[in-house]
Parts: sequence; C-alpha cells; structure tokens
Amino acid sequence: MKAMRILVIEDDVEAANYLVKAFREEGHVADHAADGLDGYAAARDGDYDVLVVDRMLPKMDGLTLIAGLRAQKIETPVLILSALGQVDDRVKGLRAGSDDYLPKPYAFSELLARVEVLARRKPSGSGEETHYRVGDLELDRLSHKLTRSGKEILVQPREFRLLEYLMKHAGQVVTRTMLLENVWDYHFDPQTNVIDVHISRLRAKIDKGRDTPLLHTVRGAGYMIRDSAR
Amino acid sequence: MTALGKLFRTTVFKLSVVYLCIFAVGAGVVLAGVGWNIKKLLDEQIEQTINADIRGLSEQYSEGGIRQLVDVIQRRTRQPSASLYLVTTYAGVPVAGNVASLPDQVVGNRDLVEVDYQRAGEETPRHRALARVFVLPGGFRLLVGHDTEDRETLRRILGRAFFTSLFWLVLFGTLGGIFVARRVLKRVDGISDSARAIMVGDLTKRLPLAGTGDELDRLAESVNVMLERITALMTGLREVSDNIAHDLKTPLTRLRNDAEEALRARSSPEEQRAALEKIIEESDGLIRIFNALLMIARAEAGTRPDGMSDFDVSEVARDVGELYDALAEEHQVKLVVSTDEPMMIHGNRELVGQALANLTDNALKYGVPEYAEADGRTVTLEARRKGEAAELVVADRGAGIMPADRARVIDRFVRLENSRTRPGSGLGLSLAAAIAHLHGGELRLEDNQPGLRVVISLPLSHAAPVLQAPTQLTRAPPELRKAS
Repeated sequence: MKAMRILVIEDDVEAANYLVKAFREEGHVADHAADGLDGYAAARDGDYDVLVVDRMLPKMDGLTLIAGLRAQKIETPVLILSALGQVDDRVKGLRAGSDDYLPKPYAFSELLARVEVLARRKPSGSGEETHYRVGDLELDRLSHKLTRSGKEILVQPREFRLLEYLMKHAGQVVTRTMLLENVWDYHFDPQTNVIDVHISRLRAKIDKGRDTPLLHTVRGAGYMIRDSAR
Repeated sequence: MTALGKLFRTTVFKLSVVYLCIFAVGAGVVLAGVGWNIKKLLDEQIEQTINADIRGLSEQYSEGGIRQLVDVIQRRTRQPSASLYLVTTYAGVPVAGNVASLPDQVVGNRDLVEVDYQRAGEETPRHRALARVFVLPGGFRLLVGHDTEDRETLRRILGRAFFTSLFWLVLFGTLGGIFVARRVLKRVDGISDSARAIMVGDLTKRLPLAGTGDELDRLAESVNVMLERITALMTGLREVSDNIAHDLKTPLTRLRNDAEEALRARSSPEEQRAALEKIIEESDGLIRIFNALLMIARAEAGTRPDGMSDFDVSEVARDVGELYDALAEEHQVKLVVSTDEPMMIHGNRELVGQALANLTDNALKYGVPEYAEADGRTVTLEARRKGEAAELVVADRGAGIMPADRARVIDRFVRLENSRTRPGSGLGLSLAAAIAHLHGGELRLEDNQPGLRVVISLPLSHAAPVLQAPTQLTRAPPELRKAS
C-alpha cells in the first residue's frame, strides 16, 4: 500500500504522539499540529492525503477549522475524533464538512482502516466504477451480476451491496462498523456481531470449495477482499 | 426579629388592622349621620315652638297692647326652665324679659339664629339658644328663643357612645388579630421548621397538617406529595448509581485479571498476546456499557437530539430484520418480518433502529429455548399501525417474563435469573424504553402465550409518507447511496 501523508491535529500530546507513532509504524508519513490555528495553517499549506482532527482544540475548534478549509476549497478528506459520541454530535460533525466521525475511545485499527479508505477516495465527480474485479471474482453494478470464474453466483441484494463495498475497497481493511454504516446505513451498536454472520454467509457463497479464498478476516480489525494468489 | 415584630408582620395581623380601621370609620359615619338628623329634627321642633310662641304673643299684643304682653312675659319668665323672652323698644331699650345680655346684631335680624346668651339674675355661663326677632306693630321688638341644652346633651351622649365603642372595638380587634395571627404564625413556623429539617437532610420528615382542611393544610398536603415524589426519584437515582458502580466492578475485575495474566513472569509471548487481546475486548465491552448508559441518560433527560426527521418505521423494521436474519439463521431461528404500509414518525432513525435491534437481539438470545422445535424457534418482528400510533412488535415463543418481573426488567442492569449466565449488560431493554419515551411513546411487555411480546408504540407524525430511500446526512462515504 502506498504511503499516505497524514496530519494529526490534536492538543493532547500523548494521544497525538501515539497516533503519529502508530501511523509511522504502518508505513505512513504523519505530522502533528497541537492547536487549531497551527493545524489550519498546516492543512492549508501542506499536501496531505487525510486530516485527523480532534473536535475540541485550543485557539480554533475542529468544526470551525473544517468549515474554514472547505470555504477555501480545500477538499482534503477529514476524519473527526471526538469525545462527544452521541448521535447528534456525529450529525453536527458531518454537517460541518467532515467526511467521517469516530468517537473516542476508538480502536487504532478502526481509525487506520477509515483513514486508508478516506485517503484512497476518488475525488468527487470522477464517476463511480461500474465493474469491480478481484481475482476471478467479478461484480457488475449495472447488470447486478456476480460471477466467479465465469460462473454466476446468486446473492441477496444486501449481500450484493456488502460485496460491492468490500470490492470497491479491495486490498483495504474494512471494519464491522464501516460495513454497518455503509451497507445498512446505521451507526448503532448491534450488540451481537451480526456483521460477522453476514460475512460468513457471503463467504460460503463465494469462497466455499475454492482453492484461493478471496474474503479474508483481518484479526482484531475487520475484513478484506484481496486476490491472495498474486 | 422579635416575636412581637414577627407577629405584627403577619398578613393576618395586617388584615385585622385594616378591617379595624374600616369598621371604625364606618361606625363614625353612621353615628355622625344619626346625630345630624336628630339635630335637624330637634331644630325644626324648636323653630315650630318659637313660631307658635310668637303667634300667641302677637295675639296678646293685639288684644291688650304692650301692657298685656309685658304681663304675660313676666308671668312666663317666672316659671323654671322657661323659654327666652325679650321685648325692646324700637331703639332697643329692654322693656321686659329674662335675657341679661345678647349679642347686638341679633336684634336687627329677622331670621332664626343661634345665639349665646346669659339669663337675667343667673351667674351660670352663657347658654346657647335658637331665637327669632319679631317686629310688633308700634315698633316694639319681640324676641322669642328656646334653649338648645337638650340637643347639646344628646350630642355629648352620642359622642361618648362613639368613643366608648371605638375603644372596645380597637381593643378587641387588636387582641383578636393577635390571637388569630399567633395561631397562623404557629402553624407557619411549624411548616418552616419541618422544611428546614428537610433541607438539612431529613427527607423522611413531612409538613404538619392541622387536619382542618383549610388552605394551609392543602398547601402542606401538596408539598408533602411533592416531597414523596422527590424522595422516590432520589432513591431511584441512588439505586441506579449503586448498580452502575456494582455492575462495572465485574468487568473491571476481569480486565485487571487479564492484565496480571499478561504480566506473569512465566507466560509465553503467545499467552501475553492473548491476554492483551482479551484486555482490549473487555475495555470495548466497558465502552459499550458507558455508551449505552450515556444514551439512556440523554434519552431520559428528554433532550431531543439534533438529528430528528420524519422517517418510515416500517422500513427501519425491515432493515433491522435484514440485519439480523443471518444471525437468526445461524441459530436456526425463523425470523419473520412483516410490515404494513409506510408509517412516518418524527424522530431519530438511528435511535429507533437501535431500540429495535436491541429487542431483536434479546429475542434471539433469550427468547429461543435451546431444544425447542419449529414453533418455538420463531421470532417475529412486526410494524403495525394502531390508531394514531405505529407499533413495533418483537415477539418470541420462549419462556416469557413473569408479570411480576415485567416492570423491573426495564430498569438498568436488571438481568433475570435464567439469563445471567449468558452474555449481555442488562441495558438493552432500558435503552429501548428510554428511546420510546424520548419519542413520546412507550414500551410495553406483554404475554405472547407462550413467550414475550415487546411492543414499542410511537406516535405517528402527521407528515405524508415519502416513498424514498432514507436520506443520508453524510457527505461521505457516499459509495452505496448510488449502488442500489
């Protein structure tokens, strides 16, 4: 995976150091800004792939910072980290122009997966792909057809969407909450890991009896679809 | 403040004083009116007497001239308490009569006038009299007057009566006011003493009732009912925080044990890794509990979240059904989802989804007996319109909940005996109930014969149903918005 340039805007030095170190260990380039004004200047002038912004910052709060960047037509994807994790806080964050919202405390694997997805997002307006291919698995959005090695596989509509999301982010880790948010459009806590059951049902349909499994479980993080033969 | 000062400040005492003044003024006005009328009556009588006298005397004069008149007057003035008589010449020289001195201007006047005079041959101070002067043919002047002593006496009697009664009125009024004020003050003091005791912390104390059912009693009763409610709420709050403290200890203890396990000297790297993974798992569990508690607290506080909109609950029911059908299938449970026409409610789609997910999760976890046959392995999820409400029903065919336990099980952290061994926090139902309340609805537990039927009833919004996919507030991730 290509290295990303990440700017962490966070006033808690310890948390920021942890994040910067963890991102670097994953092979990315990470910088740190300790307050809203520094962060704003760095985000405006630097060439970053993703901004990770704490909601409450000294000098300029996170939401103002994002609104300021968007007003300047700077469309760098932003992920908000916030101790305010309630439903309406999330809505406020997304309204201010952020692209994703992660309440504290969070798992680093979750943050990493989301940041990677944001960084690889196509610029808006470039159009959606209509055909995805991972190994010999092919998904066509227009004809709603799923084939493996040319043989059609029948799946339910929701399974189709699940697979589509995974294939769109092929080679990237996708977490359970990301799947719930993007495939079901809900952000709540489903108590039991219902997503796991859906994945195993999907796996039975596309991978069962095959030599090369495509749908992989990433321990402690989530799932990834990838052509392991290559 | 002195006791007396306190007394004088009471409303009752002030009212007594005001009434006292009003009564005194009223009595004064009545007495003055009576006195004035009596005076008028007496004056009229005197005038008639004087006029009759003058007529009689002028007849005597016309019969026998001045000599006969003087004779008659002299005879009359010898009687005790006679009227006043005076005959003078035209020049004003007295000829006969019993008046010693008289103000000069009276003699020239023809009207009835009030005069001060002194009787001839008497040393008594000057008297008051009503008198009239009549000019006789021949230039003589005849003055006839009548003493007003009776009238003055009456006035004195009335005046004395007024002041005497005023004295008693003020005395008894003040004493009565003090008495009533003291009684009221005693009760108000009793009430404020109790209130102070309650403020200091004795919440079992109640305001005293006199048992008369008067306004003070009614006030005290209302305050007592309020105190009862406050006490109940506080007890509830204390129980909740006790429970939270207690229920968080268990996972924290496990967390601590896992950390010690990882630190143990002889554990292998694999064991350490496993222990650390367990620690993360336990902390995630704790975070979930905290999130649920925060959500319940927010929902119970009734602060409506920002993201309120009109949405179709039937669709939420279908979504949740679809989310859980894979899990149900894995447990070999038939999850039957049935929904009517679209039903719009105003609220937060996420929260309603969460509530329904909790109920479905509970039904799958606790509502399916382990060795049940086909019928027992069914969970139904329904969305039905009932009058002005949308009802979301999750029903199972399991053991159900005894009626006695139904109210209790909604409380935070309450887990019934037969479910304690299975995973869960005891917060799912509490959260669902709080969400129902936040939306102006309610959560009911009913008997499904057999099994449990949980009903969330939410008021329908008056917005027209909009047949479209749920609007997404997110700018991103937009991937799947176009997908379907």
